[in-house]
Amino acid sequence: MNPQLTRRRFIKGVIFSGAAVTTGTGYYLANAQTGQSAAERLVTLNVNGRSRPVDVLPSETLAYTLRYKLDLTGTKIGCNRGECGACTVLLDGVPNYSCSVLTQNVKDRAVTSVEGVRSANGTLHAVQQAFVAENAPQCGFCTAGQVMSAVALLNSNPRPTRDEALQAMSGNLCRCGAYEHYLNGVMRASGQIV
Amino acid sequence: MTTHLGFDFTPPDVEGKVSGEIKYAEDYKRDGMVFARILTSPLPAGRVANIDASAALRMDGVVGVFTADDLPPSPPPGNPTLASEYVTYVGQPILVVAAVTEEIAESAIDNIRVDFERRDFVVDPMESLTPGGKNAYPEGNVLIRTREEGPGGTPIIGAEIRDIKWPQSAIDAMRNGRNPVDGEFTTEWAFGDIDAGFAESVAVIEEPFVTMGYPHHCLEARTSMAYWENGKCYFHGSSQSQSANNNGLARMMNIDPGDLVFINEATGGGFGSKIGPYPIMAVAGNFSRMLNRPVQLRITREQEFYIGSARSGMQGWIKIGVKEDGKVAAVDLVIVNDGGSTGGGSGNSSAGHVTITFQPENMRYRGISVYTNTTPRGAQRGPGENEMAAVLAPITDKAAAVVNMDRVRFRRANVIDSDGVRSQSQSGVTSAFVREALDQGMRLFNWNERINQPKRTGNGNKVRGRGVGIGYHGAGSRGYDGLVRIGTDGRLYIHSGVGNLGTYSYAGTCRAAAEVLQVPWDRCEILRGRTDNHLPHSSGQGGSNTMFTHTRTNWVAAEDAVNKLKEIAAADLGGSPNDYEIDGERVFSSSDSSQGLTYAQAAQRAIEMGGRYSGMEYPDDINPITQRAVQGIQGTGLIGVSKDNIPGQGQPPGNVVGFTEIELDLDTGKYEILDYAAVADCGTVIHPTNFMNSMRGGAVWGVGMANLERHVYDPQNGLPANTGLYQSKPPTYLDVPTSTRAAAVNIPDPQNPAGCRGIGEPTQGASVAAIASALSDALDGHLFNTAPTTTDMIVNHLAGNSYSTQSLKTNTF
Repeated sequence: MNPQLTRRRFIKGVIFSGAAVTTGTGYYLANAQTGQSAAERLVTLNVNGRSRPVDVLPSETLAYTLRYKLDLTGTKIGCNRGECGACTVLLDGVPNYSCSVLTQNVKDRAVTSVEGVRSANGTLHAVQQAFVAENAPQCGFCTAGQVMSAVALLNSNPRPTRDEALQAMSGNLCRCGAYEHYLNGVMRASGQIV
Repeated sequence: MTTHLGFDFTPPDVEGKVSGEIKYAEDYKRDGMVFARILTSPLPAGRVANIDASAALRMDGVVGVFTADDLPPSPPPGNPTLASEYVTYVGQPILVVAAVTEEIAESAIDNIRVDFERRDFVVDPMESLTPGGKNAYPEGNVLIRTREEGPGGTPIIGAEIRDIKWPQSAIDAMRNGRNPVDGEFTTEWAFGDIDAGFAESVAVIEEPFVTMGYPHHCLEARTSMAYWENGKCYFHGSSQSQSANNNGLARMMNIDPGDLVFINEATGGGFGSKIGPYPIMAVAGNFSRMLNRPVQLRITREQEFYIGSARSGMQGWIKIGVKEDGKVAAVDLVIVNDGGSTGGGSGNSSAGHVTITFQPENMRYRGISVYTNTTPRGAQRGPGENEMAAVLAPITDKAAAVVNMDRVRFRRANVIDSDGVRSQSQSGVTSAFVREALDQGMRLFNWNERINQPKRTGNGNKVRGRGVGIGYHGAGSRGYDGLVRIGTDGRLYIHSGVGNLGTYSYAGTCRAAAEVLQVPWDRCEILRGRTDNHLPHSSGQGGSNTMFTHTRTNWVAAEDAVNKLKEIAAADLGGSPNDYEIDGERVFSSSDSSQGLTYAQAAQRAIEMGGRYSGMEYPDDINPITQRAVQGIQGTGLIGVSKDNIPGQGQPPGNVVGFTEIELDLDTGKYEILDYAAVADCGTVIHPTNFMNSMRGGAVWGVGMANLERHVYDPQNGLPANTGLYQSKPPTYLDVPTSTRAAAVNIPDPQNPAGCRGIGEPTQGASVAAIASALSDALDGHLFNTAPTTTDMIVNHLAGNSYSTQSLKTNTF
């Protein structure tokens, strides 16, 4: 998958892959109609480098599992339908909207949420430090998703141009409009603003 | 010399935001918690005839159903928490189901049968005013204020819904861009003599306009969770405000405010929709008490569209008379607001914006806010002012052109200054330096040179436009309380009842206390975010008012602490308090600095001395909320507490001017914002980096209003067509300029000891106005008179299609 995931690319991808972007009643009915046993539902996820056994319903989204079963509430659900990017996490290093990814489909993937990007000694990731320096978050509800998209970008492209950064971040909505400060944060984290 | 004001610092919650560790309401769980979900109305208007929840209640795991019958009656048009007799928009909450899992709660919704009786509905206010037009409520379409004489001559102020219809002649006039002479209004005011003003004008301009309502769409939907413990309700909610919520939220649960612990560490956006307790907040606490279990009520994105409030749209007409010297002599203004199901129009504020911008000697305003069967309307970032700025800017440009004046100089000649007056009251302001902002902005943007550059630059079929705009909003209040404590560890604890909207003004205002007491920032701690942190009475975190209001409260509380430090030192070391001063976290003799006490020692002495020094006594004039807060910390250190009684008068204004250059593609109607520069008149900038973020965030909101965001309702069925973020189209990274410039006049406001005023709201007004001005400039003065002006409108104009400003409607296209 292209690491520079934009919302448009993502939505296209979901449509063409047939993946479920579910919310509300349809999601729960889908679960009710399955006959999956408890043994089949129990999966072990690789989340932030740790093995996490968890009981996962067949149509359960990764955002739901992270927030409500693994207590990783740093991942936010802003829209629950692939529009805002607040729930962005990394799957094998690639940003994905976790509200639109089925947990059962990521059993063999490395999941990284915002709780997993600090260094082992607890130091904030360079992106997080840069966002602090730029005072980038306003309300902060989109911030975890912004962090994850920026981390993915800099992992694949350590010194992006401002336009490359803009494109890479464009799948993350910020209702407060703090885009310029997040973008400055990406450039700062890449060492291009000091 | 200041050490805190005007310097960058990191607000304490920023790290929690970038690490994901800070908690929003939905991030909390509680043992035994059940999950509640809403059933909403599929109809735009009607009543609930019957609810049969028996099948749902028989489901394993369903623990209860909560309906309007479980709450006090809410007469129309009260925006009830749960609707019953008056269903007035699609998506209105009808009932709530709670179950042990979210899955069961959602499934239970499908097993509830609700019988509705349909009623007529209307989604456009002008349609409702038309003879024979439908009404949003059975009783009528307009709320009017009533006044009756009560016992002993005391007036009884009330309100009632009335059915107002305009004669067809007034409807036709409005739809054709003329003065609706015989239309009926609910608000009318005037000053001066507009006929005389127009008579002395050398040019008179008349224009119609329409602006669209649109949802706030806070990224955090308004989820709440509540539980009861030891007789108290613990309420996790999403709110812009903290202490300002206490009384209203307690009333919703019919409890004493002292029995409420409201917890609100962070809020995922509010933009005016979460200033005070909003109706759905009544569910979690009351349902939890009924079930005797913690209840979390999670709101979906679609439900947030429905109940999350929206800006009021408006249709209007304006007539402006301009004298030969470019001064606006008279204004005649008509506004019909689309009030949605709650009637919340902002026409009066729109008229206020006109008075700020033009300072007319003569003006008349006539307004009416009409109910429609669309989502509830309420305050949204500069309500009234910002949408007025959007349509007024190109009209102002036209006025400047008829008297052959530069557009900036025309604004400079008319805009308010420190001696100016505002709105219907024609009352004063604390200070205003908009002219200085315009001058600074012209230099920053290089206006004089850029407006003389060619519009066509050889970049395909593209043309450039340059624009200027003014944003304004009242930005401050008075009379709230401040509370600080010096602990026996010598640290300064600043208790803030300000909410955490994301503006960081809760932290910026605390810098005033640190400044007065000269305490290093790393020796200060802000206590906030939950009532049991003992928080004082504070203003609602809205209306751009926090910076002015709470630098003052923290200032006076800290001054009270300074006075007590000196009194304690004098009592222990001799002399009078005036013989002492403070520095380096010590209070010491002015004549011998070795004679003194550390703040830690003074705090210990305050506890020993008791009385007002340790909060055992407090001023009579502080609010009961603050009294409870002081009682919670009394005897724990030196307490500084005071009501803001700083003398002064007039409204503190927040003013921003914006300059922009756009490049419009004449083939597609799409435009790119090439440059945006803005200058604020907000007094002293307290926190520079955050000031920049506020300016830029507001500019992004201006892009949304200028080009993208609007309600769209199907007039045949009353259904909203764009409930999601993607359809409502808040600006993304790709829609906005991401290298903008911002600056401040930075002249202190004389009525604030820290010198500051607020700035959050006019940032949007300046941006949208500048963009609208630039678009008009690019098209040689064409007036769309709309907000937003969408790409399809521009294409239609360029194609010579029959697009016009006639018959414009709110909500529908």
